[in-house]
Amino acid sequence: MNKIFETPLYAYQRSEDQDALMPVRRKVVIVGAGPVGLAAAIDLAMQDVPVVVLDDNDKVSFGSRAICFAKRPLEILDRLGCGQAAVDKGVLWNKGKVFFDEREIYNFNLLAEDGHKRPAFINLQQYYLEQFLVERLRELQAEGKDIDLRGNNKVSAIGRHDDFVILEIDTPEGPYNLEADWLIACDGANSPTRRMLGLDFIGRVFEDNFLIADTVMEAEFPTERWFWFDPPFNRGQSALLHKQPDNVWRIDLQLGWDIDREEEMKPENVIPRLKAMLGEDAKFELDWVSIYTFQCRRMESFRHGRVLFAGDSAHQVSPFGARGANSGLQDTDNLCWKLKLVLNGLAPESLLDSYDQERIYGADENILNSTRSTDFITPKSETSRIFRNAVLDLAEQFEFARPLVNSGRLSVPSIFDGSVLNGPDAKGLPVNLRPGAPAIDAPTDQGWLCDRLGNRFQLLAIGVDVPDHLEDGGIVIEAVKIPAGASPELAGRYLGDAKQAVYLMRPDQHVAARWLRFDKSAVLAALRTATGRIKEQAK
Amino acid sequence: MTELTTRANIIGADDFYAELLELHDGRSKSESDAINARLILLLANHIGDRTVLREAMQKALKTGQH
Repeated sequence: MNKIFETPLYAYQRSEDQDALMPVRRKVVIVGAGPVGLAAAIDLAMQDVPVVVLDDNDKVSFGSRAICFAKRPLEILDRLGCGQAAVDKGVLWNKGKVFFDEREIYNFNLLAEDGHKRPAFINLQQYYLEQFLVERLRELQAEGKDIDLRGNNKVSAIGRHDDFVILEIDTPEGPYNLEADWLIACDGANSPTRRMLGLDFIGRVFEDNFLIADTVMEAEFPTERWFWFDPPFNRGQSALLHKQPDNVWRIDLQLGWDIDREEEMKPENVIPRLKAMLGEDAKFELDWVSIYTFQCRRMESFRHGRVLFAGDSAHQVSPFGARGANSGLQDTDNLCWKLKLVLNGLAPESLLDSYDQERIYGADENILNSTRSTDFITPKSETSRIFRNAVLDLAEQFEFARPLVNSGRLSVPSIFDGSVLNGPDAKGLPVNLRPGAPAIDAPTDQGWLCDRLGNRFQLLAIGVDVPDHLEDGGIVIEAVKIPAGASPELAGRYLGDAKQAVYLMRPDQHVAARWLRFDKSAVLAALRTATGRIKEQAK
Repeated sequence: MTELTTRANIIGADDFYAELLELHDGRSKSESDAINARLILLLANHIGDRTVLREAMQKALKTGQH
């Protein structure tokens, strides 16, 4: 068993808050130190927002869990200062094979587009990501940022008030109370916070079980994603094989609904299944075994007054498509800058409703994709199985059927069309970067574009001069000026046929508005829209 | 926008129909079901136009119901 599971990363230490006579009020308290909670804490601390993170244990999560991280979340991790650690450790892959019965029916190459700093995907055990995030958090602490990670602090009760939250927290040395202006619940799919507040979590349950076996083996398999439909070693079901760092392989075997979970988890039952798949002589060790069922569901609202939900606590999807941890990181990316503006009194509280709106849009997109993958992998009727098998048979010979094969549509970021924060669009600029879209990376005259964006409002001026600084209501817009000819990728992605363009970029690297030329009053109006200050203006 | 053609469009209608049945001659129900599914997918891709496909699906759904 991997030692990382056993080592306390943030051991319990008594906090001065436990000795206070009256509950201490903290600005932001985050519940849960998984990837989402840690990312939120780092993001806020980098913006000089004091933050307390409570976790009910003191170690990284047990088992590999999330293993596939997509380009956009890697860019978010870059902004947080730990993307490089993840990419250095992670396994890069872009090839996949699809098998049906005994045949390989086709293979694909995701052929990552040139001109991006980050690859389309890496595979990395969740515990490594959590370790890198904790290391980054320690680095920020050493720089003097006010960030307090409290291990073995388990929230046992929550009281909600209009403008704060009160928590009762159990520790090895007994309970204490703590108040928070804002609470961010990142405590996972079974969120105790959600349960204690009696909030809904509605969706569709899929009657299926999957066995995850992360195995350590010296194997000849290439670094590819292999997916089987109805293979001889798991008749009538599916299987997945995918490589992680340290010679750990993720094996995912569909088991069906009517099984004895306890029995299936036993090594004497798991090992023969793996041997049937890998060959009688395969030498492997089990690193982690788990059986999961899944649901596709979300909360009706991610914001409940001063309590904000992010990651699996707010929405849950099937694992096919790597949309769990990836979307959780996109949640905090969206939330933290808004919360900071509200905390600093620069934007109204209602700005946080746009978090709800934009990330529910993202969650619904993920749930839709995830549900469709699941329906393809596990046909729900005789007819859907007939069509599924027809697609697979045709895909072997005909290219047209391959886009219909759905073993998981891999996570791509949402474009928040219709967001209340979106400002004007300019006709003629490339549609992929319309307001609401995340930045698309490209080489510039001074390194990668994504490395130059984020953490503040910026005016990305390509081939046009703009003022270095603009300001409205205490919010500053910094100029990022890039020559139109900096790179063909930049021109293609941001200009299309235009000679120049001006993009207002949000602190989360999303496009707020764009124009063909600079107009100060238009930029400032778009800034007000992007920070939810439109109604205040009207007053 | 193209519309679904519902006027007679196949030259040699009887021959086509015979060929269609021939496809299923001596097949089991499950073989026939699989052939039909592959045939639908091949034809749907040939048509390509989502509006036409949707119209065909609706007409298939709504005819034959009494």
